[in-house]
Amino acid sequence: MRSERDPSFAKPASQGVGARVPRKEDDRLMRDRGQYVGDIRLSGLQDVAFVRSPLAHAQIRAIHIPERYRDVVFTAADLVGIKPIRAVTGLAGFKASDQPILATDKVRQVGELIAMCVASTRAEAEDIAAAVTLDLVELPAVYDMRQALAPGAPLVHEHWGDNVFLESFFEIDIASALDAPIKVTREISTARQCMSPLEGRGVVATFDSRLDQLTLYSGSQMPHIVKNGLSDCLGMDQGRIRIVSPDVGGGFGHKGILLPEEVCLSWLTMRCGFPVRWIEDRREHLVASSNCREHHYSITVYADRDGTLRGIDCEAIVDSGAYSSYPFSACLEAAQVVSILPGPYKMPAYRCRTFSVATNKCPILPYRGVARTGVCFALELMLDLVAAEAGLEPGEVRLRNLPGPEQMPFDNITRKHFDSGDYPEAMRRALKQIDIDGIRARQRRGEADGRRIGVGLSIYCEQAAHGTSVYAGWGIPMVPGHEQATARLTPDGGLELRVGVHSHGQGLETTLSQVAFEMLGVDVGRIRVVHGDTAMTPYSTGTWGSRCMVMAGGAVATACHELGERAKKIGAKLLQVDEAAVALVDGEIRGPNGSVSLREIAHTWYRRPQDLPGDVDPGGLEATSGYKPQRDTGTFSYAAHAVTVAVDPDLGDVEILDYVIVEDGGVLVNPMIVDGQIYGGLAQGIGTALYEEMPFDRAGQPLNTTLADYLLPGPTEVPMPWLDHMETPSPYTKFGVKGIGEGGAIAPPAAIGNAVNDALRGLGVEMMQSPITPRRIVEAILAARDAQRPAA
Amino acid sequence: MKPAPFAYERPRDVASALAAMAGEGTIKIIAGGQSLGPMLNLRLVAPDTIVDITGLDELKHAEVSGDELVIGACVTHADIEDGRIPDVTRGAMQRVAADIAYRAVRNRGTLGGSLSHADPSADWVSALAALGATMSLRSATGARRIAMKDFVLGALESALAPGELLEAVRVPAMPPSARWGYVKACRKTGEFAHAIGAVLIDPDAGTARVVIGAVEAAPIIVDDTAALFGGRISHDFASRFDARVADALLLRAGLGDAADRHIHVAVLRKAIAEAAK
Repeated sequence: MRSERDPSFAKPASQGVGARVPRKEDDRLMRDRGQYVGDIRLSGLQDVAFVRSPLAHAQIRAIHIPERYRDVVFTAADLVGIKPIRAVTGLAGFKASDQPILATDKVRQVGELIAMCVASTRAEAEDIAAAVTLDLVELPAVYDMRQALAPGAPLVHEHWGDNVFLESFFEIDIASALDAPIKVTREISTARQCMSPLEGRGVVATFDSRLDQLTLYSGSQMPHIVKNGLSDCLGMDQGRIRIVSPDVGGGFGHKGILLPEEVCLSWLTMRCGFPVRWIEDRREHLVASSNCREHHYSITVYADRDGTLRGIDCEAIVDSGAYSSYPFSACLEAAQVVSILPGPYKMPAYRCRTFSVATNKCPILPYRGVARTGVCFALELMLDLVAAEAGLEPGEVRLRNLPGPEQMPFDNITRKHFDSGDYPEAMRRALKQIDIDGIRARQRRGEADGRRIGVGLSIYCEQAAHGTSVYAGWGIPMVPGHEQATARLTPDGGLELRVGVHSHGQGLETTLSQVAFEMLGVDVGRIRVVHGDTAMTPYSTGTWGSRCMVMAGGAVATACHELGERAKKIGAKLLQVDEAAVALVDGEIRGPNGSVSLREIAHTWYRRPQDLPGDVDPGGLEATSGYKPQRDTGTFSYAAHAVTVAVDPDLGDVEILDYVIVEDGGVLVNPMIVDGQIYGGLAQGIGTALYEEMPFDRAGQPLNTTLADYLLPGPTEVPMPWLDHMETPSPYTKFGVKGIGEGGAIAPPAAIGNAVNDALRGLGVEMMQSPITPRRIVEAILAARDAQRPAA
Repeated sequence: MKPAPFAYERPRDVASALAAMAGEGTIKIIAGGQSLGPMLNLRLVAPDTIVDITGLDELKHAEVSGDELVIGACVTHADIEDGRIPDVTRGAMQRVAADIAYRAVRNRGTLGGSLSHADPSADWVSALAALGATMSLRSATGARRIAMKDFVLGALESALAPGELLEAVRVPAMPPSARWGYVKACRKTGEFAHAIGAVLIDPDAGTARVVIGAVEAAPIIVDDTAALFGGRISHDFASRFDARVADALLLRAGLGDAADRHIHVAVLRKAIAEAAK
């Protein structure tokens, strides 16, 4: 435990970009003084429980509401004029789905909303929900994405004629790879998961008749986007809607989505005249929301004997679930797989076809590392097989195919523009730190306890803060433009920053303050970051895609620069010199013969305007400005992961013995916060690799519906990794920063999978499916043993 | 995830608890609520009445009586873990208790609650069978004793009759020559076990109790333990362990899945190895 006397807690020499400033928000969050949606108390607040579909696919024949509950139960028939949620894309061939707010004629997933029940407590609302009976005609469920593609499969949306939201395709010269001496083909899959922030979703809705305004409190990463979606569904002017996203206990993508529950409660409070609340419980969370990650790859990698990649040929399927979620759509993952599968590697030939498939499951939502975790798992597992086939060390194969620093910026085969970095150096450092030679020697010696040691590597790239040019091409309901921020000096010389992004674990209240300190020299302790309220912040698409440090950081820097220019104008007047003669240094305007602090300037402007000459610039001390990087195709951060595991072939247990991460996130605004991002991501990556899985039965029923069944890694399962930062600046962004929020969760499944396979290679076992569970390992070992036994 | 409405009774003594249990409608006893609580919240059970026995001081007591330890049903796992009650098992029960779920569960979860719930993957269900414990049951009409090995009948199914309460657990003193081994396989620390091996082997006496637990049914109590060790139990029992006999035994018990059997046999082998240490 560190104490305040610990030197690392001392006030840093600088509070600006690069300083390990302790997080400002932790004082409130760690002392239980945060306020989450579930903490909000409003007079007359009533609770809502939903009647949800118990079946994956069914016609609704009737909904029976007991007479005594007629006034407190609402169904689709009550929602007159409310539009379904619709998230289309501009991609050719995309088929749109209408996600009903409450189910109308048909239900398409277990947990779909059918009716809402309102009472003075949640328990009573659940009693009412239990009294509502449903007359459903069960239809065959589409429970498997591969079977969903088969002719004659049941249809999730009948009028489509098939179950494909979108087919995506890309090819460059695959014919040239076919004569490669090494050809490895495999089927690889990643389980459906449930992203699991500590706090689930939650909504409180109330209507202010004085303002004629609906206020929706919702734990959202993207409050302005929720406002857009809500306005569309309710048919209400944007001016009559305010979204407040208070403290949020983790998002990871799950909280970027417009929920039917948000629409329901908005309608309900306007209908009933009192505030209403719905707090998602963990069962609703696991059954009806937050699903992610389910991919299947049929992949062939072509290579030369020296490990040089000749090409990749892949067909991938992503289980997109029943509906296209707002705003990211149903094809976010599968369409991205096509463009990001090659990762950072050089290769002359590539072909990839993907399908975004509709099934009777929850819509698939973006989860930290969107699509990249699956892609990294598939490609990096294959590279280890290429290495085995070529008789090379896995590290050697990677070093042979990664672009060198002299090739930066590097455009890969799918025309992704890698802005900067030294990928081979990251891999070399990881190999050295994990002590690859020592592990090989240890493997030759064997283990006294009968376990088997393996080492695994992976490397990935993380495109972040990709902007207008990328998203306009997708044509989804949300295209990011210039990011805006407001900077305002207060009459007492404090600084307020207003941003449309949301901070819920990223530490933006600290890092954006550090950016402002860098620009204006105002003490971080005197800076307040206002976020999470559409009435108080400039429009923004919000927090997603690891974009905030680049975009909101850039916007804060730009707004602070403009504010500084305004302060210089006033300061020059007070110093009675020409504006060209003053400079902003360390929080004061310095002239040739004296200086005036920002605090004095603010005091004069607001409280003693009589001290200003009549010809002072009237712009004042508040500036809103916008920012985009010089190139908006995204920053590329990356990391090499290396892991050593011990596998018990009797029990199938995997223990992580050592974990090394060498990451390059560009210039780090606060390396301590980046460390935290990586630790958290690693924990989630370990969950993907070894624990987390949401299986479904043939009726489309989700099976792991409590946290006793859906396993998440805990403190005993997550090792302390060894971290090393490289800091190659991005040439395109303010300060050279890059987005780094997701990387920690991308590489672990691939590295751990490779380590397990390395450990088990002598037994003829390959694990090609995540999570790698003890049972799957034992089954594979037994199968390999049976296969090696001569036929009787 | 809120329970359906129920009546709540918190009796002051065993007699009034038994009287409450004889009331109308469906009745559930709560003795810590670490399993029943979630089941109520999920509405998997919706009893008319909950009788909370955690206030009964008579059931929180433990004492050595003759050559056995009598533990009240409401003694918590943490009481055992922390050594707040006497021990006759040379630390075996303390070690089992310390590995049950998480500390928060151990603080409230009770020995009697866990046994009455009869979850096949619960530690005490297997461990106490191997330790040769006896259950003291009481109802409004009388008291009886039943061996632990006969107490659990199946998954979530015990020998408790309606109106009957598990009052105490009687654990025999472990002889100095006996060797104890307890191993479980869990996906992660604190999770439910998917295989348990519990053995108490006395090479001097040539006897053994061997329990294979977490088999989604009542634990398998091996009758002919000598067969597991090539026909006799002696000081070289660990090296004489015959995995094929164990595998055949599991197959006979209905474990059709080869991977399941492989893991159970491996866990049993580890428990035997631990006993031999």
